[in-house]
Amino acid sequence: MAQLTNTYRATGLRAAPSLRQRIDLPRRVVFGAAASMIFIVVLLLAFITWQGLQLFIKDGVSIGQILSPTWQPDSTSPNLSFGLLPFIAGTVYVTALALLISTPVSVGLALFLSEVAPGWARAIVQPALEIFVGIPSVVWGWLGITILVPFLSHTFHGGMVLSLPIAGDVFRVPGFLTGFSWLAGSLVLSIMIVPTITSVSYDAFRAVPQELRTGSLALGTTRWQTIRHLLIPSALTGVLTAIVLGMTRAAGEALAVQMVIGNSPSMPAAITQPVTTLTSQITLDMGNTVFGEPWQDALWTMSLVLLVISISSVVLVRVINKRRMGA
Amino acid sequence: MPTTATYTEPVLRRIDVTAPLVADGSAAGSDQIKIATEHVSIKYGEKVAVKDVTLTVQARSILALIGPSGSGKSTFLRCFNRMNDLIPGAKVQGQVCLDGENVTDQDVSVVELRRRVGMVFQRPNPFPMSIYENVAYGPRRRGMNGRRQLDELVETSLKRAALWDEVKDDLRRKSGLALSGGQQQRLCIARVLATEPEVILMDEPASALDPVSTLRIEELMRELREAYTIVIVTHNMQQAARVSDVTAFFTMADDRAGYLVEVGPTGRIFTRPTERLTEDYISGRFG
Repeated sequence: MAQLTNTYRATGLRAAPSLRQRIDLPRRVVFGAAASMIFIVVLLLAFITWQGLQLFIKDGVSIGQILSPTWQPDSTSPNLSFGLLPFIAGTVYVTALALLISTPVSVGLALFLSEVAPGWARAIVQPALEIFVGIPSVVWGWLGITILVPFLSHTFHGGMVLSLPIAGDVFRVPGFLTGFSWLAGSLVLSIMIVPTITSVSYDAFRAVPQELRTGSLALGTTRWQTIRHLLIPSALTGVLTAIVLGMTRAAGEALAVQMVIGNSPSMPAAITQPVTTLTSQITLDMGNTVFGEPWQDALWTMSLVLLVISISSVVLVRVINKRRMGA
Repeated sequence: MPTTATYTEPVLRRIDVTAPLVADGSAAGSDQIKIATEHVSIKYGEKVAVKDVTLTVQARSILALIGPSGSGKSTFLRCFNRMNDLIPGAKVQGQVCLDGENVTDQDVSVVELRRRVGMVFQRPNPFPMSIYENVAYGPRRRGMNGRRQLDELVETSLKRAALWDEVKDDLRRKSGLALSGGQQQRLCIARVLATEPEVILMDEPASALDPVSTLRIEELMRELREAYTIVIVTHNMQQAARVSDVTAFFTMADDRAGYLVEVGPTGRIFTRPTERLTEDYISGRFG
């Protein structure tokens, strides 16, 4: 034992590292993996940004034109115009409506799972949600086309008018033509983002310490009061993060939306009318364009807009969570 | 129910001990009985946690529950405001009377009960909101909304909890979580006081605090005793000796069920305990 200690001391703290220690293979592999990952992301961002700016640099299209509602990208068309507003508005509107439908359902489900559900119910719902996530988006789109779209067009083809006695018609929605519509897209999306919002807000609710719940109940509050006034405020940043993540997922979804939305490149008029989104227009048009022509450059610009949307939501999540740390 | 000699005997004697206390009223500020338990047993599923406890608590006095870990003190404490309801499988038998009314009945409003019987926990658990909102939380849930009324209540509650001077300058800006451990515990006491309870239960309220904070909490308890009935669970025998009027000693029977060995005026329990078990415990021979 003593000898061992001495040998150890002899090599000492300052012993020269062996060749193997100097190379340290595992460390290099891990470092290399991380570095290449970062490299790929940076390259991708740079490439999309470069391509997205070509429309302005090479084709000389002005920002003002980008923000116009007219989309006539075909070089044979008499008045060429690259207005992206219908797509941006379509993405924003479809996503917003999907969030509006999905958030109450998802947050309610998360609350049920974390606060009310007995163990066995949780054991059923959680795997069910995981399966939900795993369903490919084409399946959702297909279900939308075969069930939702015909249902909408058959059920609501009359217009809807909301009239008030003095104000007159305050709200007017034309009926569905085909069923392919803003509403159909939002409904399909709202189902698809339920698992995202539910699981992230569930985690946020579970992260509220049990002691706070008992503390609140011990003050003579009901379970609902505890949920409403303690749990929801405490988990609010987590729930907001969940909604932003759901929003990112919804804004980025292409296939399922494209299948049910009707793809009409005009400004969204009513929830019963066909609209289009950035993603669905890219998938529709990319096969018809030639590399380098303005039309394709406009598609790249749309990709850039999508990228900006998703980056800003990542930043938003960071800001929200930093607030939570500060609180 | 099969009973062992070790626990039936002390229960009988306990009655002898309590009786003169009620009569002379020297230990307590009043001779009115605030809480009375009759043959209370608490089970978690099949496991008996507390066995057949009968005792009374005088109004405006401090009762300390002492005893080794696992003797059921905290479980017993939680039956006063029915916090055991929150534990799946927990079952309370016997009677717990608050002002003569049995609170274990199913038709008793738990919400109302917990407003009258407040609780302070072992680890300070302020809510993640401002100091003001922490204190106003209980009253607001009861429907108190008037700004001035709330301001006043928050101020008196914080003053009573001896926290006002330390926090009055940033009541609304500072989070309850930003306070020190001792301040957090006093905030939790203020939060309970704001619901205007009659009884305050304290489950080892100072065990997570440093000695200085502990002393402040103890001083506070002595002051609160003037207006409230307090039941405290503590591991710290000096603490029980310092603050309480009456001490109840619990221990664990051979079948691991907690039971009451004896209860009496604190001075007597610590100087001339009737039971051998109590003497062993307070002199540090076990536990």
